[in-house]
This record gives sequence, structure tokens and C-alpha cells, in this order.
Amino acid sequence: MSGGFVAPVRRPLVEGHKTYHQITEDLCSPTERTPSKAWIIAFIIAASTLAFGLFCICWTIWMGIGSWNVNRTIGWAYDITNFVWWIGIGHAGTLISAILLLFRQRWRTGVNRAAEAMTIFAVICAALFPVIHVGRLWVVFYFLPYPNTRGSLWPNFNSPLLWDVFAISTYFSVSLLFWYTGLVPDFATVRNRASGLRKKIYNFLSFGWTGSAKQWQRWESLSLVLAGLSTPLVLSVHTIVSFDFATSVIPGWHTTIFPPYFVAGAIFSGFAMVQTLMVMTRKILKLEEYITLEHIESMNKVILVTGTIVGVAYLTELFIAWYSGYVYEQFAFFNRAMGVYWWSYFGMMACNVISPQLFWVKKYRRSVFLTFFMSIFVNIGMWFERFVIIATTLARDYLPSSWSYYRPTWVEIGIFIGTLGLFFTLYLIFVRVAPVVAIAEIKHILKVGGDQYIGEHATHKHRVVSSDSHEHHHS
Amino acid sequence: MRQLNKDVIYGIYSDEEDLLTAVRLAKSKHLDIMDVFTPFPVHGMEKALGLEESRLHYAGFVYGAIGTLTAFLGMTWIMTSDWPIIFGGKPYWPVPSFIPIVFELTVLFASWGMTITFYTISGLWPGVENPQLDLRTTDDKFCLAFDQHHISESEARSFFQESGAEEVNVKSI
Repeated sequence: MSGGFVAPVRRPLVEGHKTYHQITEDLCSPTERTPSKAWIIAFIIAASTLAFGLFCICWTIWMGIGSWNVNRTIGWAYDITNFVWWIGIGHAGTLISAILLLFRQRWRTGVNRAAEAMTIFAVICAALFPVIHVGRLWVVFYFLPYPNTRGSLWPNFNSPLLWDVFAISTYFSVSLLFWYTGLVPDFATVRNRASGLRKKIYNFLSFGWTGSAKQWQRWESLSLVLAGLSTPLVLSVHTIVSFDFATSVIPGWHTTIFPPYFVAGAIFSGFAMVQTLMVMTRKILKLEEYITLEHIESMNKVILVTGTIVGVAYLTELFIAWYSGYVYEQFAFFNRAMGVYWWSYFGMMACNVISPQLFWVKKYRRSVFLTFFMSIFVNIGMWFERFVIIATTLARDYLPSSWSYYRPTWVEIGIFIGTLGLFFTLYLIFVRVAPVVAIAEIKHILKVGGDQYIGEHATHKHRVVSSDSHEHHHS
Repeated sequence: MRQLNKDVIYGIYSDEEDLLTAVRLAKSKHLDIMDVFTPFPVHGMEKALGLEESRLHYAGFVYGAIGTLTAFLGMTWIMTSDWPIIFGGKPYWPVPSFIPIVFELTVLFASWGMTITFYTISGLWPGVENPQLDLRTTDDKFCLAFDQHHISESEARSFFQESGAEEVNVKSI
């Protein structure tokens, strides 16, 4: 995956003339030193938010779904908006770790570990919503096809909601395997620096890894196949999420553009969340030499492309609604832009389509400050997109007498904020116990990405790792 | 800790290219290398050592095929013979509706099957403590090891000197 030819235009991905030992030091030390004040404050905020969210979840379960403002007309609102938002955020991790591995993008190495962790935590947050929104969550296992005393009466395999159960649980568990298998050699590195109880814990986590030739060979083979499997998997997950809407008969939902449009939006929002996390992580853990401006610029390019794809999808929807000559479809889209929820359509357009266009300018792509704000903007915009699709569409259905309006109760807002707390709590624990940047993979790309080998500050001439260069082209 | 009951003599190198050169040299002298330990996967190493290609992906294919069949035949049995129900006028055997779940289970079985196989055949599992020659091989050192039953100490030492090893150590594991 690395080695071989490096184009002269490539800029370094590891700065500071690092040696292998320095890489180990830099990347292990955040797990070894006592937490900084910034970490402790962030953890207290995140954990308190999580506690409030748990309270709101308990409230919902105790009082029933009546504590939410969903009604007969608008049956899906905050819950499913948040579900789709979180599951979309998860997609960037798999894109970075799997798709960019297959495309041999070396810059993935600095950010893949944290992005995969983000995927797992985002999917946990996402999965909470469908589970809670069924109301009686103690019978949520009815979704699963298991032999039962009612017949056996099986779930409906024609239903996209059931496909979703399979897609999300598969996505979660495969992402977990991919992430953990990548972590095993790095846990071994941490283990070999530790002593006492800490050594025992990391030995348990590292599964007894030694780094022998055969282990590495099989490890690479496994990583490559898991990447190959995750690539169509990640595309299938948001495709199936979009089927939840697209297979219905609601104007505004019943569109064939949904699968690619949802997938592009998912990657878009996911990269925004990766940027939010990376800008903070590299600053707080002092990892600017590993998560460089080069990484940030590359991710901003992805944000620009996917944001523009999403923009094209919005315009295509409008055009097709007009071109279809179908009044209900036309009304659905007129209502989105000019109806009671016009402000959310406006927020979506401004944050998702217009603001990322700034990233055509290289100076802005490489500005950490702007990147941070843009990433928050995009997250807000993509939340609005899901709200527009779900609540706005349902609010004005076929029958004007059942038209309705929806605003969330404090319980619904509390659950959403609680999932943000859950996400950041898990992420903050992760940065304390595991190397945030993949140690072995950074060492692996050092000779093709280190600034002593390439770029204007190079002091070493690039040495080809192996004498017969053709073997770099498989693996 | 697991005991291998081996007396090992090993050399330490501080660059993967020196290790690769040493491995090639050992191969040209027909020395029997026990193993090499590196902090990251070194490309060209499998070829230099003459390792066979991993067959893990064939196992992955088989697991995936089991997943495909489980999903397809399972849903077929449920919807055509165990409890046939008409959903929205669709046929009892709606094959296009099966595609998403068949795909998901294929991926699920292939991934889990391959991962469990990988850890099992590599001797890796939670709580396992495999003997390590040198703790620095997960940091910045590259290690080439010989089993002393297959090579005399003097032969090994002269090889390590010739190949430019930084240190030579003897250890029983």
C-alpha cells in the first residue's frame, strides 16, 4: 500500500523529521501522561450532557412517546432526523479507512484511526433512536427473525425498515472488526512500553501480538479484504436508509435519486465531523506534525466535492418535480422552499451548498480556523437537510384537514443533546486509551511521506524500500 | 506465558532495508531463518523470506458464500413454506426484496469468519501471552532470529557481523 513511486507534487504527510522511535513516543504519550485540564473539562461537560440525555430517555420510556411532540400527521420527526444524521456521520470513517485504502491515498493514514472510532461512536448514537422510538423498547427484539411462539411469525423481509436493521448491525460490527484489527499492533506497542497492571491490560487488548512476518502478512491480507468488503457495505448502508423513504408513496420521498444523494450527503457530513474532531484533537494532543494541513486540505476537497454533489441533487429534485407535471410532487417541493418550514430549507441550502464553495480557494482550504467553522456549518446544514426531508414533507400531506406543525419538546431535544454527549464521552475515552493516530501505519509511510524524504525540507534522498520495484504494485 | 522451548539467537537492525538485505543474504547462504519481527509490515519481506501467499481470502470467500446461502435459503424457506404471507400484493417469493439482506449477511459472515480465522491461526486471542524476543521490535528495531538447533552460534554471529546487525543476543523462549 505504500512504497514505490512518489509523484514530485506530493507534499509531506509526516512533518518534523521523525524517526521511528519519535513516532512511537509522540503517538503513545497521550495514553501515558495524566489527562490535561482541557481533557478533564471536556470530559465533565460531555459526561454531564450524556447524563441529561439518559434522563430524557428514561423519561420517554416511563411517560411514553406522548412526551414527544410527534402526532398523527408527523409520525417521524426529531428521532429519525437524528438517526439519519448520526448514521450519515459514520460514513466518513469507513470511506477514509476502506475506500481510500483501496485507492491508495496515503493521507488517510494520519486520520483513519480517529475517523473509524468516530464511525463506531456515531453508529452507536444513531442506533439509539430507532430503538427508543419504538416506544416499548423491551420488545425491540421483535425486529429480529427468531423462531418464536407466535407461529413462528417472522418479520416482513420486504420491508426496508427490516433491511435497515440488518444493514446497521452489519455495518456496526464490521466497522468494529476493522478498527480493532488495526489497533492490535498499536496496543502491542503500548504494551511493550508499559509495566504492571497497565501491561496486563494492554497485553489483553493486543491479543499477544508479536509482529512476526507471518502475522503482518495475514494482517495485511485481512485488512485489504475487510476494506474490500466495507466499501460496498458503506454504500449499501445509506442506500438502505434512503429506501426507508424512497419506497414509500409520499411525494418528496418517493424518488429514485435518493440512494446516491443520501450517500454523498453522508460522506459530506461525515467529513465535516472528522474535521471538527481532527482540528480539536491535533491541537489538544499536539499532533500537528501527524495531522497536517495537507490532511486538512485533502478533507476539505472531499467536502467541496460532496457538498457540490448534494447541491446538484437538491436542484435535480426541484427540476424533476417541475418536469414531472405531477401536482403533488410540485407542491411538496414548493412547500419545502416556501412553506412553514422555509427557514430550515434556507439553512440547508446556505450551509450545505453555498458555504462550502469557499473551499475552491486554496488559502481557505488550508485555514484551520475556517475549516473548524465550516465543519460546524456543514453539520448544522446536514441536520436541516434530514429535518426538511422528514418533518417538512410530512407536515403537509395529501389531506389538508390533517396538515400539522411540529416542534420538539424538551425531552426530544434532551435526547439529541444526550447523544452528542455520548459521542464525545466515548471519543474522549478513546483518545486516552488508544493511539489516536495509527502508529504502525505512520511508520509504514514514513519513507514515502516523511518530510526528510520528500518536499522542500528533504535531507535524505528517497530510497526505494525494495530492489525489485514491481512488487509494490500488488499487495 | 506460552513456552516454545527454543534457544534463539537474534540480531537487531534499525532500518527495514538493512533487515531486508540481511534476509536476502541469509537466503543466499541457505540459512534457516526462524522468524523476523518488525514494527510495521515491510514490503518485499514475504518474497524475501519465501512465504507462501496467505490463503485467508479463500476462507473469506467460503464464509461469504455461507452467508449468502443462509440469507437466501432462510428467507426463501420462511416466506414460501414456513409461513407464507402476501405483503402488498407481492409474490410469496420476492427475490428482488432479498437482495439487501443477502448482501448484508454475505459481508457479515465473510468479515467475522475471516477475522476469527485470522486470530485463531495467528495464535492471537485475548489474554494470550506470546513470547517476545525483544520489546523494541514494536518500536523502532527490526529483528532477525535463528533457532540454535538449526545453526551454530559461531555461524550465526559471523552472519550477523557480515549483514551489519547492531546487536546480537541469545535468548531461550
